[in-house]
Amino acid sequence: MANDTQDTKKKEVEAAQRDERTRERRVYTPSADIIEGKNGTTVIADIPGVDESSVDITLEKNILEIYGKVNPDIPQDLKLVMSEYGIGDYHRRFALSDEIDRDRIQATVKKGVLRLILPRAEKAKTRKIEVKAGD
Amino acid sequence: MLWSELERLGRFVDPWREFERMSRDLSRMGAPATHDFPLVNVWASADKAVVTTEAAGMNPEDIDISVADEVLSIKGKRLSDQPKDDETYHRRERWAVQFSKNIVLPFRIENSKVEAKYQKGVLTITLPRAEADKPKKIAIASE
Repeated sequence: MANDTQDTKKKEVEAAQRDERTRERRVYTPSADIIEGKNGTTVIADIPGVDESSVDITLEKNILEIYGKVNPDIPQDLKLVMSEYGIGDYHRRFALSDEIDRDRIQATVKKGVLRLILPRAEKAKTRKIEVKAGD
Repeated sequence: MLWSELERLGRFVDPWREFERMSRDLSRMGAPATHDFPLVNVWASADKAVVTTEAAGMNPEDIDISVADEVLSIKGKRLSDQPKDDETYHRRERWAVQFSKNIVLPFRIENSKVEAKYQKGVLTITLPRAEADKPKKIAIASE
């Protein structure tokens, strides 16, 4: 019994948003919680079917990208008689606003939940730009 | 199906699989599924059924499974962490509910032989068909 604000249906990634893939399979957007704290940001995403060896996390500039590969063990010799959810990979991209200390990023996957701790970098040095007076 | 549609689905898509999926989607429209949480897939053969559900981040002790004849009940809960004082949620999409769902299986189940495993946030329940429910082969006596 989910409440109304939480959509229980899995959301497939829109065709326009995704790049061409070499693996032919469905791709879903994992639901995520993002928690902002004093020392940084925590991203928690539900990626059932994915473990620590099948998730790829990249941070390029300020774009955080999560890709989880699912290798479902579909029961042999059985026929699908009722299907309420689809099986596929997970992909999601976030734009981060803060400076992240890349060396201290921690990621764990436990019971299909990805927990990503993105510590805030020590204050990025502010650079003063002098404006020369023109004539 | 248009070519552009095929392109969207990918080059190496198996049309039969897609067809099956579409026909499943269509049959769902006729009899709308309740989509009660958690969503399940049911696989079956003549002598067993396998029910899978994606429910990440649960404690196995919070999952309650019971079977009565051909009805499987799954109960469970996952509650969200309370944010600490200096924390704020920017997004809160993950489910945090208590659920209870009944699934009617194609046949009666041998209660004592039901097995369940919880791996990578996916719950898989294997339910063997009750011996008494299995079709009996009738031998034909020849004269």
